[in-house]
Amino acid sequence: MDEKKHKRRRPSREQRRDFLRSLCFLFPSLLGVGVFFILPFGVVAYYSVIDGVASREFVGLENFRRLLNNGIFRLAAVNTLRFSAVAVPLAVVLAIVLALLLEVRVPMKSAFRTFFLSPMMVPVASVVLIWQVLFSYNGTVNVFLGLFGAEKIDWLQSDQARWVVVLLFLWKNLGYNMILFMAGIANIPKELLEVADVEGAGELYKFFSIKLRYLSPTVLFVTILSLINSFKVFREVYLLTGNYPYQSLYTLQHFMNNMFGAYDYQKLSAAAMLMALAMVIIIAVLFAVEDWFGKDVEG
Amino acid sequence: MKKKHYFGRTVDFILCAVFAAAFLLPTVVTITNSFMSESEINANYGAVFSSGAGGYVSKSVNLKLIPDKVVFTQYIRGLVESPDYLLKFWNSVFLVLPIVAGQMAVASVAAYGFTRWRGKARSFLFFFYVILMLMPYQVTLVPNYLVSDWLHILNTSWAIILPGAFAPFSVFLLTKFMRRIPYALIEAAKIDGASEWQIFTRICIPQCRSALYSIAILVFIDYWNMVEQPLVLLSDADKQPLSVFLSNINQGEIGLAFAMATVYMLPSLLLFLHGEEALVEGIAHQGSVKG
Repeated sequence: MDEKKHKRRRPSREQRRDFLRSLCFLFPSLLGVGVFFILPFGVVAYYSVIDGVASREFVGLENFRRLLNNGIFRLAAVNTLRFSAVAVPLAVVLAIVLALLLEVRVPMKSAFRTFFLSPMMVPVASVVLIWQVLFSYNGTVNVFLGLFGAEKIDWLQSDQARWVVVLLFLWKNLGYNMILFMAGIANIPKELLEVADVEGAGELYKFFSIKLRYLSPTVLFVTILSLINSFKVFREVYLLTGNYPYQSLYTLQHFMNNMFGAYDYQKLSAAAMLMALAMVIIIAVLFAVEDWFGKDVEG
Repeated sequence: MKKKHYFGRTVDFILCAVFAAAFLLPTVVTITNSFMSESEINANYGAVFSSGAGGYVSKSVNLKLIPDKVVFTQYIRGLVESPDYLLKFWNSVFLVLPIVAGQMAVASVAAYGFTRWRGKARSFLFFFYVILMLMPYQVTLVPNYLVSDWLHILNTSWAIILPGAFAPFSVFLLTKFMRRIPYALIEAAKIDGASEWQIFTRICIPQCRSALYSIAILVFIDYWNMVEQPLVLLSDADKQPLSVFLSNINQGEIGLAFAMATVYMLPSLLLFLHGEEALVEGIAHQGSVKG
């Protein structure tokens, strides 16, 4: 790795010059990021500890206390958590399965790759239309299940609604994740797998003891990416079901969106802060787990 | 190597084919159904999206891949008879192209800064960029609105373009690419008396050409389908991109929606087919979050 070369000792004057030069190149980006990403974040932090945009009185953690006592917020937080807890592991595991499937010599590999990536391009509007065609009361899924004598239901207004959204999420993101895993698999040293073959290791052993270890940085990345994308699926849910969807679909994004509509910036900012905090904690934990799990294959 | 049974490979192939068909379905449905006549659309989908147009309506939805008769009425209606869609299509173009160009310019310079910086604070700042990249959009929804208001760019395309151009995503990805450039190459240029700017433009940029292309495609596709930002930051319907407008098409006009969605998909589709190898490489290089 060039990391080591980069870290060799240098006189401090040169180090300072190095730093200043990098800063020059980074300056435009830092400026823009400062104005459009960090400043807004500061505003969120400020709004979360004052009592109102008009009086601007410091109230400490009062907004957070009110938020945590708010039943709708708790519902939204639990729903968001439950959705991500189901969708993210599925997105990771199924993407590994797909990547392993394509790794063995399947004919037309690159065509399949293209097909799996195709959901990236489909405009949200037509995704929403098609999901309605599939899952509404008179929709295709009900027609199909009706052949087996199943009762018709309105999927998006039922307890199965979450699964419909999980399906949409997987459809949209699996291809992208799969490419990441295919790249990861290609980087596993072939000799190691050959030795394992000679020693008579089973497929399962090879997978868990060799492949998964080398894939651990990819698993970490795909997990984080899928987590982000599990929040982004709000866009489709919103267009499918509006501001107030079936209870199990009401997520933090709905909550924040509705608070924005109601000009309740205090609750919104407190919710945003909690969400950001949760993200940082989750990412830090994932990093720690990855460090522990993949430590003997790195470096 | 153990020989894979012929049977096993056939099963793998069939599995892949089934998955692929499911993945491809929405794209195919969008394109083929855009060539259906209004009455056929109504007959097939009237059970879900009632248009009140009358005529035969099937009792349940009838998802069909091949139109009975191929007609272009939906396209004529959207592109010729009404100026709205074309206008909004150009809105999208004039929002997304500056974002892509801006993000490439800002990110290539910044990524070079990250690549050449060997200090301790570097990884800290880089991690900070990663965190910002990963923040859900809703976290900064309100403050984005307020900051745009303070800068007097609210309800202008700058409110979309500027935050887009400075988004940390391409900085992150491009830095990963640039770090793979052999350090000796940079060192050699330095000994030959090249200035930093020359090293950047003559060595780094040419080495990263395919990376820039793949990142540009990723950024393009991402912003081409944006919905939330314009909804919040552009209150004028005239200024909104087609991605937002498409989502508001009346339920009774589902045929038109398919046709306009097909038109809208075309640029991403062409880019995708042209640059697929680069795109796949771009995705593959994200690999891990550690810089």
